[in-house]
Amino acid sequence: MTQKNHTSRREFLRAAAAATASLALASPSLAQSPARVVVIGGGFGGASSARALRQLDPSLDVTLVTADRQYVACPFSNEVIAGDRAIEAQQFTYEKIAAGGIKLVAQMAQTIDPQARTIGLADGSTLRYDRLVLSPGIDLRFDALPGYDEAAASRMPHAWKAGEQTLLLRRQLEAMDDGGVVAIVVPATPFRCPPGPYERASLIAHYLKTRKPRSKLIILDSKDAFSKQRLFQAAWQELYPGLIEWVALSQGGKVTSVDPATNTLVTDFATHHVQVANVIPPQRAGRIAEIAGVTDKSGWCPINPVSLESTQVPNIHVIGDACIAGAMPKSAFSANAQAKTCAGAIVALLAGATPTSPKLINTCYSLVAPDYGISIAGVYQPRNGLFADIEGAGGTSPLDAPRDVRAREAIYARSWFETIGAEVFG
Amino acid sequence: MKTLRTSLAIGLIVASAAPVQAASAPPPGAASCSGCHAATSQAIPNIYGRDADATRSALLAFRNGSMPATVMTRIAKGFSEDEIGSIAAWLATQK
Repeated sequence: MTQKNHTSRREFLRAAAAATASLALASPSLAQSPARVVVIGGGFGGASSARALRQLDPSLDVTLVTADRQYVACPFSNEVIAGDRAIEAQQFTYEKIAAGGIKLVAQMAQTIDPQARTIGLADGSTLRYDRLVLSPGIDLRFDALPGYDEAAASRMPHAWKAGEQTLLLRRQLEAMDDGGVVAIVVPATPFRCPPGPYERASLIAHYLKTRKPRSKLIILDSKDAFSKQRLFQAAWQELYPGLIEWVALSQGGKVTSVDPATNTLVTDFATHHVQVANVIPPQRAGRIAEIAGVTDKSGWCPINPVSLESTQVPNIHVIGDACIAGAMPKSAFSANAQAKTCAGAIVALLAGATPTSPKLINTCYSLVAPDYGISIAGVYQPRNGLFADIEGAGGTSPLDAPRDVRAREAIYARSWFETIGAEVFG
Repeated sequence: MKTLRTSLAIGLIVASAAPVQAASAPPPGAASCSGCHAATSQAIPNIYGRDADATRSALLAFRNGSMPATVMTRIAKGFSEDEIGSIAAWLATQK
């Protein structure tokens, strides 16, 4: 296997030509088994990583383990909730990934033995790996908010994993009378998609304004600040005056318990009876990460930002929402960027080389209305064991941008989703 | 020269059949670009295989603010001139 380094295509071709003779002489090495890389998790991180691994080294034996036969994407699912988009537009299959030479295993991974480097599957069979990539996304913590357990989610949808929960929240909004109150309960950080609750509030407000204008929306927040806050709040004042009320932590916004039977939300200062309660509970890394031993006390996974390898268990890499990535937010774009960096590092490590220090980008768009987009971007590099912002780069859309810029960012948001969907699953 | 061409041709055949690395590694930052620019979408251009000088000039213009943009003005500021040159050269070699 050639060592991974920064070569141009011409240099690569030259190296390939030079390698002709040695390959011919070294035929016994061709009989060796290819390196086995298993990826667990079929979302933006896992699927991207499987594809990037094969792209960088087609000789790799890559297996993607994902329990579901299709993936339902979270980005843009807020538009489904607001009635502006069909759920089908969020659904992706793995057929093209399989066609690219990646083995698909449609099962739950149940056990991981890091010493033996084996994975136990639901059907009792075992997979072996040389390197393992975990991209398990989030698990919702049904033990963290009194009253909010798995059963409560069928009355008070979280809709923080896209699919049936997304549609349930949609149906509840449709069924609500004009004049009802919708509440969105937001946990403390860290959680998947930091601007997501506020995009959701915006798009639900758009639905209410156009369809049920006597209704109100209240955001009960466990934080005193949020992503793109000034942009969101300026847009709410402009587009939805008086419709959205944001109650910060310091104003008593933290919900301390819920009662799904009566749609009641309790804070230290008030009890809210609402018609629709969207409760986004605290989160942690997907369960398989804990089974693998790569989570710490926080419930998330510390990693080396150069290789995305767990700092707790060798040969296991953790990407996407589950990992502790410092300044990089838990977003689909971050997961995709981390997946490609991780794939490069794995190819280098398998070749006995040292991965080079990467730079990564994140871009995250939010829709405040169907034709009104805002964004945040960042550029990151490893520093002190985390991804740190590169100072002077990144930031949000300007606060004073005219409406045509907002409209353009909404178009870019849709183009981004189209592109990343095609890159990862298409 | 003919010998060189022949050996390159053999090299290509071997490269396609043998377990060698398929793609050159991207310079720091370049792997992230495909998150937005891999396909020709409604509004965001595909930048792969594009002339390196054109990409480099655009990135430098985003960086110094002489070319208006939404996110690219913010992202380009995270890269040095050398890094921008490497990214542009690598993108030009990609499909």
